Amino acid sequence: MGRKLLLDKAHVDGIRYYDVYRREGGYRSVEKALKTMSPDAVTEEVKKSGLRGRGGAGFPTGMKWSFLAKPEGVSRYLVVNADESEPGTFKDRYLMEFIPHLLIEGMITSSFALGSNRSYIYIRGEYAWIVDILEQAITEAKNNGWLGKNILGSGFDCEIYVQRGAGAYICGEETALLESLEGKRGNPRIKPPFPAVKGLWDCPTVVNNVETIAAVVPIVNEGGEEYAKIGIGKSTGTKLISACGNIKKQGVYEIDMTISVEEFIYSDEYCGGIANGKRLKACIPGGSSVPILPANLLLKTAKGEARMMTYESLADGGFATGSMMGSGGFIVLDETQCVVKHTYTLARFYRHESCGQCSPCREGTGWMEKILLNIEKGKGKMSDIDLLWDIQRKIEGNTICPLGDAAAWPVAAAIRHFRDEFEWHVQNPEDCLKRNYGLAGYADPLKVVTPA
Amino acid sequence: MAEEIKKEAPANFKVTIDNITIEVAPGTTILNAARQIGGDVTPPAMCYYSKLQGSGGKCRTCLVEVAAGSTADPRPMPKLVASCRTNVMDGMIVKNITSDRVQDARAGVVEFLLLNHPLDCPICDQAGECHLQDLGYEHGKEGTRYEFKRRTFEKEDIGPYIQLHMTRCILCYRCTYVADQLTNNRVHGILDRGDHAEISTYISKAIDNDFSGNMIDVCPVGALTDKTFRFKNRVWFTKPMDAHRDCDKCCGKVTLWQRGDDVLRVTARKDEGGEVQSYEGKPGWICNTCRFDTKNTSDWVIEGPTKINRHSVISQGHYVGLVKPKETIAEVMGGRDPKLLMDIHSVSGVNSVEIAALPGPATSKNFIPESKQE
Amino acid sequence: MSVQFSEKAMQEVQRLVGRYPEGKHKSALIPVLHLAQQEFGGWLSTETMDYVATVLNLKPIEVYEVATFYSMYNLKPVGKYLFEVCQTGPCMLNGSDDIVAYIYEKLGIKPGETTADGLFTLKTVECLGACGYAPMMQLGKNYREHLTKEKVDAVVAECRNTAPPKTDQ
Ligand SMILES: Cc1cc2nc3c(=O)[nH]c(=O)nc-3n(C[C@H](O)[C@H](O)[C@H](O)COP(=O)(O)O)c2cc1C
Ligand code: SF4
Ligand code: SF4
Ligand code: FES
Ligand code: FES
Repeated sequence: MGRKLLLDKAHVDGIRYYDVYRREGGYRSVEKALKTMSPDAVTEEVKKSGLRGRGGAGFPTGMKWSFLAKPEGVSRYLVVNADESEPGTFKDRYLMEFIPHLLIEGMITSSFALGSNRSYIYIRGEYAWIVDILEQAITEAKNNGWLGKNILGSGFDCEIYVQRGAGAYICGEETALLESLEGKRGNPRIKPPFPAVKGLWDCPTVVNNVETIAAVVPIVNEGGEEYAKIGIGKSTGTKLISACGNIKKQGVYEIDMTISVEEFIYSDEYCGGIANGKRLKACIPGGSSVPILPANLLLKTAKGEARMMTYESLADGGFATGSMMGSGGFIVLDETQCVVKHTYTLARFYRHESCGQCSPCREGTGWMEKILLNIEKGKGKMSDIDLLWDIQRKIEGNTICPLGDAAAWPVAAAIRHFRDEFEWHVQNPEDCLKRNYGLAGYADPLKVVTPA
Repeated sequence: MAEEIKKEAPANFKVTIDNITIEVAPGTTILNAARQIGGDVTPPAMCYYSKLQGSGGKCRTCLVEVAAGSTADPRPMPKLVASCRTNVMDGMIVKNITSDRVQDARAGVVEFLLLNHPLDCPICDQAGECHLQDLGYEHGKEGTRYEFKRRTFEKEDIGPYIQLHMTRCILCYRCTYVADQLTNNRVHGILDRGDHAEISTYISKAIDNDFSGNMIDVCPVGALTDKTFRFKNRVWFTKPMDAHRDCDKCCGKVTLWQRGDDVLRVTARKDEGGEVQSYEGKPGWICNTCRFDTKNTSDWVIEGPTKINRHSVISQGHYVGLVKPKETIAEVMGGRDPKLLMDIHSVSGVNSVEIAALPGPATSKNFIPESKQE
Repeated sequence: MSVQFSEKAMQEVQRLVGRYPEGKHKSALIPVLHLAQQEFGGWLSTETMDYVATVLNLKPIEVYEVATFYSMYNLKPVGKYLFEVCQTGPCMLNGSDDIVAYIYEKLGIKPGETTADGLFTLKTVECLGACGYAPMMQLGKNYREHLTKEKVDAVVAECRNTAPPKTDQ
């Protein structure tokens, strides 16, 4: 059994409410920070913990905090990113739904460290019922003296507000999120300036994922060094993984980053294996934006080592043979699934979610979607596969925000690893409407290339 | 402390673009530094407009490679950067036309921009002064690889003076900045998102403001056009003349597009970059009265023929005072004829007429191909 | 219907505006549009948007620009019950296509269509963050997850009988 720091109490009866949460040891981190620590000392603990942003990019949180500009007399803001719209990802929702006070507690402690007197949770609009859960938790916290003026007599004031979005994946990108929070279209800003200097209403701002902020609670309680002892290398602490697709037990799991991908998929503690007695074909281990891997490369790296559920191991081999931890959205495809179709739905998603500001993403995402639909429907040409490759290549790296990359990578990886499945669709235009390509050789053991 | 840093920093930053080194003031963007060098080194810019705050960054035509960030930190930047929104650093080394990566990415961007753009230059009012057309000549591929239906929209009148043909729009956002920054009552904007985004008023509202006409001048393509442009004429049939009048609303300095004694159209004067000219540092925006309602030659003091040195088909009209581009189109295009954007020259027959050599103003008779002349 | 917030809704607007610093009331636009959609028939008419512009002291175009950007605002009237079925990858892997097909079989509506009685509208949407509980749809404020044909039957019956109107957000 791995250690759990975030969800160990998530199923205690009534933990959603203040009294139970407090009884179970909740709000200790606020007491500790506000009564015994300076804001910089809290940031220092977060640095020591090695915590990396859980929203997708994996940027070290302590470092991000220390970049925050602190000009005299200018407000600073903490904004929590609860937009959670990356296909395959539903972990923040789980945390907020079951143990909302953990987020509120983490926010108070973090706001203290950053000097934010007014902090916002930006939540995707569709999570409408969670807004109520969070607002209730905020009211309870406030009634018990954890929010408001002069909290615990420390002189620190803090309010937390929940802002609901209205349906736009792009508002998960931090600058688009800030635009949206300012009541505008969710168009990502052109950086620099970065939010740490000019963020919400042009004030210095830190944007962090829900899980990142929740992790501040155990870090402050146990100390950064203790937290850093969990995990392997630079993958410290625990990580929430939302597992979905064709596995026996879909759901949200908290892992300490010491287990292998194989263990995660097949052990009963986690996914419980592939559903309906089927075999594993492919997996997108970190949310729809990261590269898809065939079964063989998923379980073992190109060097023949077992792939672990860590930032480094998942990325081992780069884009040629690896993938990414991303947001922790673990999507599993069994042998009956069609990679072409799956890739098409993702391309459609990115076309739908492009803000349309910059030309490569606005035009390129729609183009890729149309070609993929043709191939999927048996109307594709061989040259379409190369065309797709060329389009994704011309989007990647040339856009304002990483959504362009996020749209390009899944297409690139699907072609890289599943080219014969695409070709089969082209060569068997009638067959491909009736059946799928199947497992083919995607689970065959790979020849390990030992560097000479 | 800030003071000290200022003292130590050199007054001017040295930047090298395509092996040409120039000194510019700190805070200058790569694009503006390249414009100071001029010529081929200047990246094309479809959305940036130096006189409009916040513009740029969107079209991605101006991407360049930064081979060295600065003297202090000479590492290259991993991604291509938008030169219109990236400031130079001292010792920066930039590659534009000397970078294959840039050429490749730019060709991609041009293809994306043209993907949903109609290929009907010969019937477009902007033909001859369209920046996208120029760009297509230089970077366009032969033929299109796009096999799907193009996005189309209905033409829309936005007020009595301006027509919006959204089908041609490249969503550069310039016109919205004009409306925000020159008028304080913006009624049009960007609606919807992604590949469905469009410029619109939502409820066909008239754009009614003294300076709204400047949206036409900033539009890089033929999406916003002057409805009062009389007898809708190919621009290269008209003769541009610099002129001015006393105006209490604007600078009154304009270009008159004439045919004979008729003033067909009035625009602001454009500088070499294709932007509205500045006078003593102030942009020479013109008011709607000058633009739309002052169309008698007698209203204006004519200064003389406009110098046109843009690398575009207008120049093919062989105006007096023309700074002639050195290359022919075929040379620019590496020996091949522009396919994608059609052959305007053969369509219009404009190449066969030396306007400057005509005794009087050009009329449509001058352009009837010889074969059809009776 | 004349467009005018009830007193209660107006108080909600005040509460929303109060959450931002002085002069930053534009930030309330997105939540206020949600409120308006709920108050005025489940969609945003031009009249409604103009009204919101007046209430928040914004230019109408600022409201149109925002309302057309976000996918949760309906710019056309919708049925009383809006079935928003997710069709992105993870839901597709678990049979969302079958659910869309079954709704067509049962109610005769394809994505984007409304039943003749004005009761149901079907819309396909992209990932709603319920991938592990797929297939799923959003109905009003809540999600209906692990959908099967039987569950769809039950949801339809529930709507036809007793369920609160979908505007009850
Ligand atoms: C298109 C796009 C969508 C994103 N969506 C989310 C999201 O839903 N939730 C999130 O926390 N971060 C998301 N991010 C990452 C954020 O921009 C940002 O890096 C993150 O919120 C920082 O928090 P962290 O350092 O705690 O991870 C997204 C980024 C991009 C480019
Ligand atoms: S990459 Fe896509 S989403 Fe990001 S700014 Fe450009 S158009 Fe918008
Ligand atoms: S109408 Fe013209 S100026 Fe306005 S966004 Fe479109 S291309 Fe740019
Ligand atoms: S001019 Fe620089 S991105 Fe458009
Ligand atoms: S894919 Fe349907 S909820 Fe995520």
